[in-house]
Amino acid sequence: MAEPLLELRNLRKSYGALVVTDDVNISVQPGELHAIIGPNGAGKTTLIHQISGMLPSNSGQILFIGEDISQLSMPQRVERGLARSFQITSILPGFSALENVALAVQARSGSSFRFFGNASRENDLNGLAMECLGEVGLAARARIPAGLLSHGEKRQLELAVGLATAPKLLLLDEPLAGTGHDESQRVVETLRRLKSRLTIVLIEHDMEAVFSLADRVSVLVYGRVIATDTPERVRANPDVRAAYLGEEELV
Amino acid sequence: MTEIAETPSAPAPSLTTRLEIVPVVLFTAFAAAPLLAAYSGAEGYVLSLLTRVMIFGIAAMALDLILGYGALVSFGHAAFLGLGGYAVGILASHGFEDALVQIPIALAASAAFAFVTGAISLRTKGVYFIMITLAFGQMLYFLATSLAPYGGDDGMTLASRSLIAGSAWLKNDFTFYWICLLCLLGAYALSRSIVVSRFGRVLRGTRENAVRMEAIGFRPFRFQLAAYVISGIMAGLAGCLLANQAEFISPSFMTWQRSGELIFMVVLGGLGSLHGAIIGAAAFLLLEEFLPEILHMASFFLAEETRAHLAENWKMVFGPLLILIVLFARGGIMGLLRRPHHG
Repeated sequence: MAEPLLELRNLRKSYGALVVTDDVNISVQPGELHAIIGPNGAGKTTLIHQISGMLPSNSGQILFIGEDISQLSMPQRVERGLARSFQITSILPGFSALENVALAVQARSGSSFRFFGNASRENDLNGLAMECLGEVGLAARARIPAGLLSHGEKRQLELAVGLATAPKLLLLDEPLAGTGHDESQRVVETLRRLKSRLTIVLIEHDMEAVFSLADRVSVLVYGRVIATDTPERVRANPDVRAAYLGEEELV
Repeated sequence: MTEIAETPSAPAPSLTTRLEIVPVVLFTAFAAAPLLAAYSGAEGYVLSLLTRVMIFGIAAMALDLILGYGALVSFGHAAFLGLGGYAVGILASHGFEDALVQIPIALAASAAFAFVTGAISLRTKGVYFIMITLAFGQMLYFLATSLAPYGGDDGMTLASRSLIAGSAWLKNDFTFYWICLLCLLGAYALSRSIVVSRFGRVLRGTRENAVRMEAIGFRPFRFQLAAYVISGIMAGLAGCLLANQAEFISPSFMTWQRSGELIFMVVLGGLGSLHGAIIGAAAFLLLEEFLPEILHMASFFLAEETRAHLAENWKMVFGPLLILIVLFARGGIMGLLRRPHHG
């Protein structure tokens, strides 16, 4: 196998006696869509926070393209090509959809310590931002203040902002959370298009989406990875079935 | 795709040009005032009042830059007024009377103070930020009260206004007025440029969601600190002008009440519009000046004794009035001016 793009080695996170991430080892290969599933409270979002740098880890290593990034801040990880979206939509509501994305483009193109010149008229920034919006199907809504977009559109905007940071790896924290059927179809389609170009780590509750998109699936239960395998093998795994029993039906 | 990208400003002009009327009217009024002042019969008084309005306009606008656009509630901004004032006063008392010496030193001192206190304060958030900026402001206040060679508690009178390249132009109230207007205009133009620039966009983004800004690769602290320093420098300039206007400096320049008044001016005028802060400063100072007379006139139906009492205790009306304006005019005075267009 090729060198993994992202590798978690013996990652741990605990709050006092409560162990939230328990000795997690996951390696994500370049180009794959790696899904992380698990029942509620399994520590999926905590894991994403640790990878993205929002939360420090107690021990263990996070290797990104061979470099140990576990001590780096979130902006430094973004610079290296590790972008994330949030489970709870986290856009800038007062900015237009375009400006939300243009700001992410701005972060990686030249200094932002420029005090002159109207940033919202910079065609370089707007052009790239429009491409990202087009990619998620929001081009027509570019001028709308982000706070006024529908919930599903906000989720798409989250994706576009993540894309605009030109990531090598995109961490997606439940991109389908709270979306209606049609909206979630649209997001799944977008992800399907993106997975050919990007490495994606996807946390998701929607099993149908996970099994149709993922190349590999890791199952997290009480902070521990109990299985990592192809979707078919994971579905057949008795441990996984036991963990989910009474939680929800595996498709 | 590029078609849409290249028409960003298409729908904007109608909205912006309508709103731009306010600053144009505001600055025209400031420019016309000295001409009208000549006819008022109380020229000196009108000029000095409006000069104060403009100086506080600069200070309030400096605060609006970080409060309105960065959501940083600095409760110690009067410290910069004091720094600017004391730099002028102390230098003058040692024989450096030229503004070309005083102002660079005053601005450098303000920048240094803003950099150090900002670097510490900005590590805190919310109420803690308010309290720590207040503490730094008080620190400087008590330092000023203990400066016995420079008047201590009582402050000190300046021998004259600053010289400009050796000549005493500023002695003339009209010249001084124009200089203040120039400073106000310059500070306004600079601030307007900053808030729409790349830098300003990061600052505004941080106000809305700092975590998101980190998640797209920005380090908000650096931008907030730079904004704090710029704001401090602008307020320091206002301090220099204020010392020259009053020809006097004292620790009262930087009491915490003064810091509170600056916040009030910004909120009164409307957060985050820059010219709103100038209007807020004007409304605050003019109300403070004329409310006793207005009360006296408005209460014509009461007994003469009661009217006198009312005018004497005008602050009893001033406080509640300000609170009512803030409560019922959401977005301050600028909010009121905008409403008809949107409604």
